[in-house]
Amino acid sequence: METTVTKKTERLIGKPIRRREDPRLITGTATYVEDIELPGMHYAAVVRSPYPAADIKGIDTRAAEQHPGVVAVYTGKDIDHLGAVPCGISLPDLRIPHHHLLAQDRVYYVGHPVAVVVARDRYIAADAIDLVEVEYEPTASVSEPEEALEAGAPAVHAEWADNVAFTHHQAGGDIEKAFAEADVIVKERIVSQRLAPSAMEPRGTVASWNSGDETLTVYSSTQIPHILRTLMAGVLGLPEHKLRVIAPEVGGGFGSKCELYPEEALTAFIAMKIGKPVKWVLTRRDEFLATIHGRGHIDYYELAAKKDGTMLGLKVKIIQDVGSFHMLLTPAMPTLSVLMLPGLYRFKNVHADVVGVFTHRMATDLYRGAGRPEATHGIERMVEVLAAELKMDPVELRIKNFVPPSDFPYDTPMGVSYDSGNYAAILEKAVETVGYSQLREQQEEARRQGRLMGIGIATYGEICAFGPSPALPTGGWESATVKIEPSGQVTVMTGTSPHGQGTQTTFSQIAADELGVDIDDIVVAHGDTSTVQHGVGTFGSRNTSVGGTALVLAIRELKEKIETYGAMLLESDDVTYAAGVCTCNKTGKTVTLGEIAMTSWTGPTYPANTQPGLVATNYWEPPNFAFPFGAHIVVSEVDPDTGEVAIQRYLAVDDCGKVINPLLVDGQVHGGVAQGLGQALYEQVVYDDTGQLVTGEYMDYALPKAAMVPTIETDRTETPSPVNPLGVKGVGEAGTIAASPAVVNSVVDALSHLGVRHIDMPLTPEKIWKLVQQGGSA
Amino acid sequence: MKTQINVRINGQERTDEVEPRLLLIHYLREVIGLKGPHIGCETSICGACTVALNGKTVKSCALLAVQADGQDIVTVEGLATDGQLHPVQEAFWNEHGLQCGFCTPGMLMTTRELIERNPQPTDEEIRHGLEGNLCRCTGYQHIVNAVKSAAAKVGG
Repeated sequence: METTVTKKTERLIGKPIRRREDPRLITGTATYVEDIELPGMHYAAVVRSPYPAADIKGIDTRAAEQHPGVVAVYTGKDIDHLGAVPCGISLPDLRIPHHHLLAQDRVYYVGHPVAVVVARDRYIAADAIDLVEVEYEPTASVSEPEEALEAGAPAVHAEWADNVAFTHHQAGGDIEKAFAEADVIVKERIVSQRLAPSAMEPRGTVASWNSGDETLTVYSSTQIPHILRTLMAGVLGLPEHKLRVIAPEVGGGFGSKCELYPEEALTAFIAMKIGKPVKWVLTRRDEFLATIHGRGHIDYYELAAKKDGTMLGLKVKIIQDVGSFHMLLTPAMPTLSVLMLPGLYRFKNVHADVVGVFTHRMATDLYRGAGRPEATHGIERMVEVLAAELKMDPVELRIKNFVPPSDFPYDTPMGVSYDSGNYAAILEKAVETVGYSQLREQQEEARRQGRLMGIGIATYGEICAFGPSPALPTGGWESATVKIEPSGQVTVMTGTSPHGQGTQTTFSQIAADELGVDIDDIVVAHGDTSTVQHGVGTFGSRNTSVGGTALVLAIRELKEKIETYGAMLLESDDVTYAAGVCTCNKTGKTVTLGEIAMTSWTGPTYPANTQPGLVATNYWEPPNFAFPFGAHIVVSEVDPDTGEVAIQRYLAVDDCGKVINPLLVDGQVHGGVAQGLGQALYEQVVYDDTGQLVTGEYMDYALPKAAMVPTIETDRTETPSPVNPLGVKGVGEAGTIAASPAVVNSVVDALSHLGVRHIDMPLTPEKIWKLVQQGGSA
Repeated sequence: MKTQINVRINGQERTDEVEPRLLLIHYLREVIGLKGPHIGCETSICGACTVALNGKTVKSCALLAVQADGQDIVTVEGLATDGQLHPVQEAFWNEHGLQCGFCTPGMLMTTRELIERNPQPTDEEIRHGLEGNLCRCTGYQHIVNAVKSAAAKVGG
């Protein structure tokens, strides 16, 4: 795509502006947590459990403490007065085990922090963790969630007899009637496997304690600096106003950095204890062990339909692998899935039962899509299973059941209201672009030649732009402050905390258009709780829709003030501000924004009833979510001799509402698709029968490399969201949500004539090869 | 016991006393203060630590500082000259070849060597050429575009 060099007064929303963030990132001058150096820095390293379940019989720290260069070693007893790692969700029967920062008398998963060593050098700290002697007495463990639910399974937490962490039930319509009236009911067990979010920058924290004024500064690789501050103050027992949290450059998150992790609070605790700055950064191996995993669903689907393809109702049982402890939003993952279960389809009868299950594994929580990919994968697989059962074309079946454009806003049986959309139009666009009918002819020909070609379709709707505050324990609003400096340049402070999204660019575009100023006169700041007004953070595809709206509204308020000052300077009551200039509508005289700004800050006089200074802050609470949607089509071919899947075409047609920067939207789609495709074909967090993590390095966990991802064709429709004045919906998670069913549907389609109806992810060559062999002999 | 090493880094000669076990990446980042190369996996897979050693890309997390004795190292900080971005940097910026930026210093160094060895790479050659560098954000497509664009500029 051709990029645009910015020009003054040119409208920038909708243009592929190259990013304002990039100069520091391409020259090696950005500052991530690990790049921070403070005088007297010490280094922390964590001793972790090698067992999934064991009693701790004793910990001998003497050898580690005596090791030259080691300053201190802390174990569970040293931190038992501190608060627990928080879970922010409430459900009626939710069981929340006390999640200490360090294990007390038991460990609950491989990687569970047991002790932390502090030394003056990172190498010494790494040496000394091997000198901490922990005596464990291993006990029976349970790793698979369905086994954990069986009677007699080892109880993960002794205070409860079984491993049910929570249940959740939600229903709409009349499910019994729907199933009674059905001509056909299709059933499937569908697994969305555990995944490692795998931001390229591992988690890390630097903490610095000032004993003079008793203030703590914490730099952390986080998506939620303001929330982290509140949570950490609570855990440490430190007054919140004495704590400053800074999210510096953050190297990706994908949801995994929306937490308060034990190590973040431990690093802060140690800095306060030793009175020296402390740095702690995860190794990749520990990142796999001790950063939350995503997904972890085992779902049982039943879809009821008439024989003409009219879908009537859906019953789903969701088994969510929780791991041994809840993290910040863990129980909300499957409940979010429930809200997305009906997909884009208009049937009104849905019944969902969720059970969260404790296992001796690392916790699951939000990872790109967060509950919605699981639901979309389920319904989009079930539609294909139904199409196969009815021998209907899957495109025709979908279009027959879509919510029609005339029904918006559309109230779903799960209690949410889809804002706007034209689902048939986007699928038809995808079908036409890809040449669907010709592809079906090619597939016929391929089969005659003995080749295994498949065409996979996935449509999706997504709840995003999180969100109205009742949906989030953090509050769902977002904030912006806009300040015109005395010299006329613009400083924007956003409460969001971008970490790769390009928000400094998109918000500059928005501010440039709203204020009519040169984009080079704008800076966008974020991520520092001492300088930026309170904010919520970056997750759930919310930056532009919620944070961008706060920005627009702050600027609109500021423009009124600009005109008030302009009127004073022009000695007129009829003035208009536009494009950096305030004009008297009678005389045509003008005064520039810079002149107005200087007057607003330095006087000597100010308009009546108007405060000095051009600055405005807005906190915007969205009235609803926004609902992007789209259609992705994949053409793949399976090698019958090796079971390998080759993706020959990937077309993504998305509708994320109004587009601020098409270059960045494409980037989000590409990256999202690569992650969904990674789930479909390659990625899986594997614990073995004994609860050991097998996929503990990139040697074992197949993160897609460049040659494993196809070229992705992108296209769009643009249906503005009525929820916010920008009309934007969100695009951060869309690709991930659409890709896994699109890819799997293509491979199942390739094998459908062999009787294959469903394959669980990842579609490894071994799995596919076996199916081909069985199909051949059947 | 420390060992003396003499290295040339981004055009400047240096002499340092280092522990024999000090990794090259830690030498670059913590002794010299070059924070451009990043540590993403410590196992030579992700490539965030990629630098050029005598013109050839290496994973600096898998080398010891003492192995660099007497050699010439270029990091991402050494790509731009006289305030002018290297064509590879310019191309990644123009083509939106980065998002969070953590893998970018390594990607840039690998790309520089890739287009030096193959001035007109095909998409497939680029994708295979980048196998030693992981990116979780971009899905690689804009990176491939950036490599092509940089190759065209350097070659043309």
